[in-house]
Amino acid sequence: MKTFRIGGIHPKENKFSAGKHIQVAKIPHHVVIPLSHYIGTPSEAIVKKGDNVLVGQLIGKANGFISANVHSSISGKVNKVDVQLDASGYKRMAVFVDVEGDQWLPSIDRSSDIIRECNLPKAEIIKKIQDAGIVGLGGATFPAHVKLTPPTEKKAEILIINAVECESYLTCDHQLMLEKGEEVLIGTTILMKALEVNRAVIGIENNKKDAIEHLQLLAKNYKGIEIEPLKVCYPQGGEKQLIDAIIGRQVPSGKIPIEVGAVVQNVATTFAVYEAVQKNKPLIERVLTVTGKNATQPSNYLVRLGVLLSSVVEQAGGVPNGTAKIIGGGPMMGRSLMNLDVPMAKGSSGIVFIDQKESIRKPAKNCIRCARCISVCPMGLEPFLLMAQSERNMWTEMENNRTMDCIECGSCSYTCPANRPLLDYIRYGKTTVGGIIRNRK
Amino acid sequence: MNKLIISPAPHIHGGDSVSKNMTSVIIALMPAYLVALYFFGLGALIVSITSVVSCVLFEYLIQRYILKGAISINDGSAALTGLLLAFNLPSNIPVWMVIIGALVAIGIAKMSFGGLGNNPLNPALVGRVFLLISFPVAMTSWPKPIPFNTAYIDAVTAATPLALLKGQFAEIPDTLHLFLGNMGGSMGEVSAAALIIGLIYLLAKRIITWHIPFSILFTVFVFTGILHLLNPEMYATTPIFHLLTGGLMLGSIFMATDYATSPMTTRGMLIYGVGIGIITVIIRMFGAYPEGVSFAILIMNAFTPLINNYIKPKRFGEK
Repeated sequence: MKTFRIGGIHPKENKFSAGKHIQVAKIPHHVVIPLSHYIGTPSEAIVKKGDNVLVGQLIGKANGFISANVHSSISGKVNKVDVQLDASGYKRMAVFVDVEGDQWLPSIDRSSDIIRECNLPKAEIIKKIQDAGIVGLGGATFPAHVKLTPPTEKKAEILIINAVECESYLTCDHQLMLEKGEEVLIGTTILMKALEVNRAVIGIENNKKDAIEHLQLLAKNYKGIEIEPLKVCYPQGGEKQLIDAIIGRQVPSGKIPIEVGAVVQNVATTFAVYEAVQKNKPLIERVLTVTGKNATQPSNYLVRLGVLLSSVVEQAGGVPNGTAKIIGGGPMMGRSLMNLDVPMAKGSSGIVFIDQKESIRKPAKNCIRCARCISVCPMGLEPFLLMAQSERNMWTEMENNRTMDCIECGSCSYTCPANRPLLDYIRYGKTTVGGIIRNRK
Repeated sequence: MNKLIISPAPHIHGGDSVSKNMTSVIIALMPAYLVALYFFGLGALIVSITSVVSCVLFEYLIQRYILKGAISINDGSAALTGLLLAFNLPSNIPVWMVIIGALVAIGIAKMSFGGLGNNPLNPALVGRVFLLISFPVAMTSWPKPIPFNTAYIDAVTAATPLALLKGQFAEIPDTLHLFLGNMGGSMGEVSAAALIIGLIYLLAKRIITWHIPFSILFTVFVFTGILHLLNPEMYATTPIFHLLTGGLMLGSIFMATDYATSPMTTRGMLIYGVGIGIITVIIRMFGAYPEGVSFAILIMNAFTPLINNYIKPKRFGEK
């Protein structure tokens, strides 16, 4: 079975919510729809206090090349456009809406019929995806249409669908494949058309055997789509790692996947593409996993954007006793939340409760030079050295040792027997070195 | 709800720790330790206990009264250094010499450089070589291996096979005895069989990788093999003999693989291992000393920072 070739770790999977049916989360009385994404320029609000909005109505216009539209996820009256603490820990612009009913834009097809035919030309597909505000739902939230319009001198040869879900605990993509397999495959076909490629591979880690079998069965009716079971290894969901695992090509340092002829889209993104192109439905909701070792009801919810996470957690049985840390996203790359009154965003994939014991880091000891960080680094870096250089402000040396290649997967910190905060220091160094590089231009 | 803890990712840890690693190495040393107790009896017990206790005690005293900092003797590294130092000593060496060796190992080779992880040279080997140069007679009078021996300082002595070779004696033990450890030598080095059991354990537990021990053993095997084939009269010993005698097994499995003093990339480890193998054979074949493993490891320890500086891991996306 295939996997990527450098480094990697095997954290305990803890997929407690696996196989749990996707429930539709209740719509609360107020929602706060973020205008900002982790990556790119925040979109510009085009509604103001007192405006009435419908589900699916455009409320934030993309602002620049790497930016995405934002649509209202509920119907009601705009209360204000103001800053709001979001899951990233920053206060950012958002549209506050008071909910009134559930009125959808009439152009959206809300039926459960599966529409298989898509005869739109390439440009129109990409336009629809762009208009629908679709971003990478794996967490990076990079606008999907940008990846579909590679520079003219580069040609895509293969579309890779990232259905790896290598983070422990999370099951949102897994469950989506089980329940919306057909739609995912149609979405894949649409993306293939947009990219003018005739081969697509859906990479799924082998701990989701039911999803692999389900999609393999369905894929028989779709030309050019292969399902590739992958050996479980974190961080296989990293774009570069996944490309290496599937086609054995490594994207060179500082380059993007199209360099080796590949375009990668997340499986949930692919589903959103299906909904946007076939159903005229913009990105207004997504699947969120609520889980943890002590969680009363580990579950998967379909949540409208802007719903405060506290309301979803309440439906899932509340915050379990003994919780000391709540993570937005997975335990390896997610962010710890200050509180649950942060809105659901396009990149929200999970809420994970961590108990007291696991939340507290052990004190760091001297580096014993065991070299485990080197052996697990999926980018072939030397985390121990980068940390030492970061501590000493050795920015030139950090740059020469390829610190900008770091994908911040956290494998080094996870593995370190001396409990050294390797990634904390590397991240700090990356920020500084990144600034130096930008100033040079 | 109580206040939540905020910290950057990753939010989970694999659970590995320094003490777990050290404990695993100590466990891996146990088969060889049992063989030492079997052949060298009371002497091995006295030397090993003295060495371990004094290494731990010196580390404690230095941290408590000189550095006035945190005490880290619980991580097991001082105990491991003590055990490794004992393994490198003859079992009939006087107790006070062992204590001096421990002081040099912990005080000079380890703590003065900043403690665990910062020492450039293997502390146990520095202790051993210090004793070897200071007390050459005591360090090279090896007790004869006698099962369930109760003699200590008064033990009957026997030369090591390598010394026998340099002295042109004829009574070299046969290969099976060499493999099992029925020969004169430092208490922990004699039984290749027991040390290999330890190696298998370390590899299985992923405490070390194969690169260092195998590159050393392979290099010694090939180098001595070539010499033996070129001139069988002058270099009468077979490669197998060289693998099984002296401190080669102990050195390549437990001393050269010390984390702090060996290179961190696999390619670097291979260079380091080949270097140790070559220097060992040069000292054994052409040098004044019958045994060269400890010198070879210390010399390559000194090259480790250079190797780390130039030999980088295979980067992602690099041809």
